Amino acid sequence: MTSKSSLDKPVGVVGAGNFGSVIANILARHRRVLLYARDEDVVKKILKTRENRGHKLHKNILPTNDLAYLASQCDVIFPIVPSAHFRSMMRKLSPYLHPYHILIHGTKGFDIRLPKGETIETVESLSRAQVRTMSEVIREESVVVRVGCLAGPNLSRELAQRQPGATVVASPFQEVIQTGKRLLRNNRFQVYENTDLVGVEIAGVLKNIIAIGSGCLSGLGYGENAKGLLISRGAVEMVYLGRILGGNTKAFLGVAGIGDLVATCNSPTSRNYTVGYRLAKGESLNEILEEMQEVAEGINTIRIVKKCAEYYKARPLITDTLYKVLFEGMTVQEAVDYLMRYPLNVEIDFL
Amino acid sequence: MEILEEKKNKNIGYKPILDSIPDWPVYQLSKNRKEFLEEVTQKSIEQIRLLRPSRKQLLEELETTVFREQNRIKRNRWRVDPKDDSRFWTGIKNELIEITNKTPEEAGKKEEEILYEIVSRYSKEIAGTFKPRSYRFAREVIKFWFRRLLNGARVKKFGAIFRSQYALQDKIHIVGKVKMLRRLAKKGTVVMVPTHFSNLDSILIGWVIHALGLPAFIYGAGLNLFNISIFSYFMNSLGAYKVDRRKKNLPYLETLKMYSNLAIQKGAHSLFFPGGTRSRSGQIEKQLKLGLLSTAIEAQRNLYMDSDAPDTRKIFVVPVTLNYNFVLEAPDLIVDYLQVKGQDRYFVEEDNYGSFQLIKFMFKFFTKGSNISVSIGPGLDVMGNYVDDEGNSLDTNGRIINTREYFMTNDKVTVDKQRENEYTRMLANRIVSEYHRINRVFASHAVAFVAFEMWQQKFPRLDLFGFLRLSEEELEIPYDEFKEVFKKVRKEIYRLEEHGRVHHATHLKGDIDIVIRRGLENVGIFHLNRPLLRNKKGNIVTQDLNVLYYYHNRLAGYDLEKFIG
Repeated sequence: MTSKSSLDKPVGVVGAGNFGSVIANILARHRRVLLYARDEDVVKKILKTRENRGHKLHKNILPTNDLAYLASQCDVIFPIVPSAHFRSMMRKLSPYLHPYHILIHGTKGFDIRLPKGETIETVESLSRAQVRTMSEVIREESVVVRVGCLAGPNLSRELAQRQPGATVVASPFQEVIQTGKRLLRNNRFQVYENTDLVGVEIAGVLKNIIAIGSGCLSGLGYGENAKGLLISRGAVEMVYLGRILGGNTKAFLGVAGIGDLVATCNSPTSRNYTVGYRLAKGESLNEILEEMQEVAEGINTIRIVKKCAEYYKARPLITDTLYKVLFEGMTVQEAVDYLMRYPLNVEIDFL
Repeated sequence: MEILEEKKNKNIGYKPILDSIPDWPVYQLSKNRKEFLEEVTQKSIEQIRLLRPSRKQLLEELETTVFREQNRIKRNRWRVDPKDDSRFWTGIKNELIEITNKTPEEAGKKEEEILYEIVSRYSKEIAGTFKPRSYRFAREVIKFWFRRLLNGARVKKFGAIFRSQYALQDKIHIVGKVKMLRRLAKKGTVVMVPTHFSNLDSILIGWVIHALGLPAFIYGAGLNLFNISIFSYFMNSLGAYKVDRRKKNLPYLETLKMYSNLAIQKGAHSLFFPGGTRSRSGQIEKQLKLGLLSTAIEAQRNLYMDSDAPDTRKIFVVPVTLNYNFVLEAPDLIVDYLQVKGQDRYFVEEDNYGSFQLIKFMFKFFTKGSNISVSIGPGLDVMGNYVDDEGNSLDTNGRIINTREYFMTNDKVTVDKQRENEYTRMLANRIVSEYHRINRVFASHAVAFVAFEMWQQKFPRLDLFGFLRLSEEELEIPYDEFKEVFKKVRKEIYRLEEHGRVHHATHLKGDIDIVIRRGLENVGIFHLNRPLLRNKKGNIVTQDLNVLYYYHNRLAGYDLEKFIG
């Protein structure tokens, strides 16, 4: 499997954000890495300082601004850009891609396609056909079929400190999974396999919703009971929504589901958690967004999931309530009171 | 034929793309039959040894095979089965018993021998015999009698039976990407994958291939068809190979796949019904059998492995739908379907129609106005990408893709079974969506759909089975009410066509009363109990709800239900 030529070829990472830089560093322990940054100044800065977003970059990493070059040099590419820019990035990359390429993305968000002139607020309904996972975007926008994703508790800061962690590489192709494993694995970083690509992607996206909720609870000063309640009910809601969106229940119980959920919900370093925390402290969404460097995917996810659930006549309680907090002026305290009064009885009904 | 060309009918005759039969790949195959079968046998054995590497595994596989075969002989015997079937398998069983007393080396050798015996028997059983002489003969017989029947029936004068005014082309409309198919058959190897509704499909598609001027295809035809002697004769002479769906053991399946794989590699155009069996529900196939489909992908990969040339022979997958107003077996098929629904049982192949019934049907078919249309889909490469007229694969932006690269890892073409299984699944999905796109909606399908849905909506409390148990007398729709809904649904079908999601026959357009009448007249036209008709008051009624359900299913999967209420 590991012929000479494959060892010589560099691996590509598209997107020099926080997570992209961390993944590039992990990959660089095994291979040369080409790291694409959209902004030319970022490339120059990295060349000069060997640093990006506070991460010291491995000597094997070469920054570049040239997608054509990256695609011609690398058979394996890791696209890691925010979901809002993912499709446009793929359109730029696509002309240089071939069917032999393997793409393993690390983006936890949805892409939506709306009719011209519509926004998510104005559009009448949103069905699954309009909501795409990143692997579906890759398939739609390019000739690449060997697609996979990274998911799991991958908090950039901890990974950068070489704390023990794990990721899931999900793909219907064993070839993709084994390639991902070979490239990523080291003695501090465990790699699990999953063949339910879409299920794993959806689990990774939905957990961001619950993470905002968890931040809210901490912001109000609540302790572990409340958080335990939220995480377990959140997991049920994820399974429930996941089924509507076409994921298999199993994916939600693994590292990419529960594992990622627990990690993110307890992590003050997570962006989504931070959004919830500051909301509870009384800041407005606009104030928070202005100060954030990178996107908190959970905000957009809540918008999309709420609209999509309406189409399928489903009522995801936590998501709906968080929507009210984010966009309809409900305070976090009111939201908690509302949830605590809500009549519920059956605890687990999906197994 | 001569007269025809002046008519407005689009189905003029096509010149053969290859002049003489000896140029046909299928002829080459059968000329070297012995060598070819030996190759199939050897390569199948290699494949089986790969899947069952240890001696113990192989022995178990052989024992299972014998057990199943003897069971089949006991339980489900067919007329076509060879006379020595029982003797052969008893012999194999005894040889297997003897093995237990042997030294490991001797036993290993003996196992190889037994495997060879079984596999070479299977490959002979599967192989078709293409004989140019009987092919020509069968072709002429079909053409001659079809023409006689047609003319005798249409022109109601004594002696008309000897005229040549009408040809089969008038009854069977071939639409779609005919030119492309002919080009692709010259450029590369075509694998045609039609939908499967009736046993007649096999003969019909044989005629279509000939009418389009294509060389004979090799066919994967269900062995059950060979029970019917008239079919058996034609199928044999058309170059059919036999697929025995009773045999599910590993050596058989591997041999069957290897036969198809090697034939495709050698450039023989092939045809099989990827649904595996006739659609029981009347719906267009949603789930395809992956076994034979995977051989197209494997064959393409092997071709790429054998040659680095940029013009390596390509394999083109061409979906085809057959559109009928009437399916002879519909009443039995739908009963089968309803019986097994929710019980996950296998369909038993039963054929209640012998040669006599078929001839009778043929006669009816030609004497009454029931047209068939055959839609030829666009060519796909083995990954399901559209190809252009030159056979280049195109991506969604129209850029040319090199299909070879799908099989490459680290700059080399590699064998990866798991990857190809996934590719097969992707190809199957593409074929299914292509079926829905090229499907041609007839007025008869639309009236069946509308009537059934309208009735079902009147009984929202009943599930399908409860609803189907209703007495037919309880069901009646006033004509005007029916017409309103039909109008809405027809409009939606137009809209779907505009979006390229389905096609409709030209007769669906025009005055609504005429379209409805045509639909009612044609839906299940030859059934004893008509699925749909108008009573004395002019209202819509049914005589057989099950059969109506069958014809209605043809339009399932287009989300048209929304437009009924």
